[in-house]
Amino acid sequence: MASTEIATRPPETGDSRAQNGLLALLRNAWRSLTSMRTALILLFLLAVAALPGALLPQRSLNQRLVDQYFTDYPAIAPVLDRLGFFDVFAAPWFAAIYLLLMVSLVGCVLPRTFEHAKNLRAAPVVTPRNFARLPHHATATLDVGPDEAAERIRGRLRRWRRLETEAGSSRTISAEKGYLREAGNLLFHLSLIGLLVGFGAGKLYGYGGQVIVLADGGQFCNTGILGYDSFQAGLRVDGTDLTPFCLRVDDFEATYLPDGQPESYRAAIGYQTTDDLNAGRVDQWRPYPLAVNSPLRLDGSRVYLINHGYAPRFTVTFPNGQKRTGEVQWQPVDATTYLSQGATKFEPPGITDEQKRRTSQLAITGLLAPTSSGGKVVTSVYPALRDPEVAVDVLRGDLGLDDGRGQSIFQVDQSKIDSGQLVRVARANLVPGQSITLDDGTIITFDDVRQWIALQISHDPGQDVVLVFAVLMLVGLGLSLSIRRRRFWARLTPTEDGTRTVVEIGGLARTDRAGYGEEFDRLRAHLLNISDTDGSDVDGPITAAKDG
Amino acid sequence: MLTELALYSDRLFMGAVGVFVFAMVLHGAEYAVHRSAKAVLVGAGGPALDEHESHPEGTPVRSRSERLGRMGVALVVLGAVLLAASIVTRGLAAQRWPLGNMYEFTSAICLAAVVAWLVVLRRSPASRPVGLFVLLPVIILLFLGGTVLYAPAAPVMPALQSYWLVVHVTAVTIASGLLMVPGVASLLFLLRRSGRLTGVADRLPSADVLDRLAYRLTIIAFPLYTFAIIAGAIWAEAAWGRFWGWDPKETVAFVAWVIYAAYLHARATAGWRSGPAAWVNVAGFAAVIFNLFFINMVVAGLHSYAGLG
Repeated sequence: MASTEIATRPPETGDSRAQNGLLALLRNAWRSLTSMRTALILLFLLAVAALPGALLPQRSLNQRLVDQYFTDYPAIAPVLDRLGFFDVFAAPWFAAIYLLLMVSLVGCVLPRTFEHAKNLRAAPVVTPRNFARLPHHATATLDVGPDEAAERIRGRLRRWRRLETEAGSSRTISAEKGYLREAGNLLFHLSLIGLLVGFGAGKLYGYGGQVIVLADGGQFCNTGILGYDSFQAGLRVDGTDLTPFCLRVDDFEATYLPDGQPESYRAAIGYQTTDDLNAGRVDQWRPYPLAVNSPLRLDGSRVYLINHGYAPRFTVTFPNGQKRTGEVQWQPVDATTYLSQGATKFEPPGITDEQKRRTSQLAITGLLAPTSSGGKVVTSVYPALRDPEVAVDVLRGDLGLDDGRGQSIFQVDQSKIDSGQLVRVARANLVPGQSITLDDGTIITFDDVRQWIALQISHDPGQDVVLVFAVLMLVGLGLSLSIRRRRFWARLTPTEDGTRTVVEIGGLARTDRAGYGEEFDRLRAHLLNISDTDGSDVDGPITAAKDG
Repeated sequence: MLTELALYSDRLFMGAVGVFVFAMVLHGAEYAVHRSAKAVLVGAGGPALDEHESHPEGTPVRSRSERLGRMGVALVVLGAVLLAASIVTRGLAAQRWPLGNMYEFTSAICLAAVVAWLVVLRRSPASRPVGLFVLLPVIILLFLGGTVLYAPAAPVMPALQSYWLVVHVTAVTIASGLLMVPGVASLLFLLRRSGRLTGVADRLPSADVLDRLAYRLTIIAFPLYTFAIIAGAIWAEAAWGRFWGWDPKETVAFVAWVIYAAYLHARATAGWRSGPAAWVNVAGFAAVIFNLFFINMVVAGLHSYAGLG
């Protein structure tokens, strides 16, 4: 709004020259910012600026690929990184472009909105004197009086905005149609702003997280960030205010084609809503069949099934007869065969001496094949759990669990192996039920394999807003591209005896859209009872050339 | 039964490619005959369609060019029918909507382009010489589709089992196919204006007609493309947990959308209306093609199912 103020304020007299200069500068800057040419340049910049987001690895999508890029191109990667090329859509220069574009859009569209509102109330433009100058025009003498001729034109132009004027013996009708074109155009552009606002709201107040849950009764509750394996918080989300709900995964079933291509994933889950939890109904679970493309939608949160995998179960019988069972998810390393790798870690029970404990921790690491190839080198030939086998190393020593550093649940700390604090004590291929005995009498049994699923929980308060504005945008776009703004004029002059009327008609398309010619031809055929060409060429190139 | 259907589908596809190649040869011959005739028979009588070749001296050579062109168009229609039949039998063989991998996608885009072209031709028969240049990208794409991108008829992975596949991918396919014709028309417009290759360019419709052809198809295809992106966002929300995540495919779709938006703005900006706008249109189609092939085949992302490993 400041714009119009600046633009319409009368030049201040007696003020300092510097202030005038500043005003002029502001005014010129604003004018050029809101010009179509600037919008065009900003659109190009936006397209060019978005491209590296597709061509370079992005942190938001895949950190591993970014790291790989740093390894492959050590010289240029840090430079690109400093310029924000690995986070293009969070980069300040990207934001600058689209914000400038939005400002330019507002500056262009708001005045046009007022102008259009004014236009809607204004009468159609008066009839031009010389019809022959119009791109479409025709003349004929009708065998009816001027009143009947006017009535015929009025009847044909029923849905047009019309204005009739008398001038001497003749009368003119000017008409205009297609106001919805500009309305659609404005709707489209204003919806873009709404879309951006909704998008921004999602980035501020939305969050998403991933969590792996064992598929035989494993539970997850959305009560805090700590429950997640990874979490992406919106800028205004600190994780203290999540909508609480709980999930329990009862079963998971995957089916595959004979060639190993997955056919369906289905998880039977139960859930408890916020209301259930508040009311204390903690024993009841509402069932839901969770599948890909069929998320669970709960009070503004959504739960997705995004991956699955296997968790081998091992039982360790220590020399003193105590047993420990470990069941930890292993990570699929081959997306087709679901060959998985991981590390299941054990603390020896009943050892209080810190030093001794740190030499007798156990880890079982290696590969799990859901359908084993058999033979000495185990690999997987099919993703379903048909014929599982593990190929594992048993490591003993200090796992580094007390170092205070977080470590991957899928791996052991390689530095402990390198330093000799963690030593391999056995290597074996096991099928369920088989066991190995270590040198100290510890027995490790591979019991069986369980399944896990990875869930994505998403919360985006802006997405409904975005959808509404996206639909409005589409409606506006459709209107503005399909409707033609066009004008039509007629002058009716009675012949001397008053029984016949000379009717001149003319038409002009106000928009850059050829094709008024056809409609004008129909009008002419109907109004003047003639159908041959008479100065008005079908689909005339003149229409495309200069109006709009 | 289903494998037989799949086999028929493949044969129909090959048949369509063969017919399109033959149609292109005829369109090419149309140019050649016209050019060789021009020197001899400038201003020869109007085309006489039923004339026989039994009296070679009297036959206006222009009519032979005309006949070749018409035969070419007839073959394009035949090719479109074969390609449509190939797509339908593919869907029956796989027992799903036949837009599940890059091969099927490419095939359908080409069908959309050819059908759009035939509709244009029906409304303005004078633009027939453009046909040669519409067929060129179609044949290249079909060839790539039938060789590099080919995947046997099979069910699709769980992420693609959704009715949004029908909505989103069909809309993208039709929009991409429709945008191919304006891309070609804008290139020819630029060629016509540049004054080069006059032997070919003189046969083309006037620059004005080409420009209008490009604009008219673009303003039909652009809202459809917008709809396709919105439908894709709705599907992404249901399948991946977010409606927009700047996945490479999404990013380039956004880039292409912005370029077409720039085209529409350029059409309304003084000094940009004709030449520069045509370049923008060509850039837009380049972005669409880039998104279709490069992103799926080279850059990894959520959209790289495609049956290419």
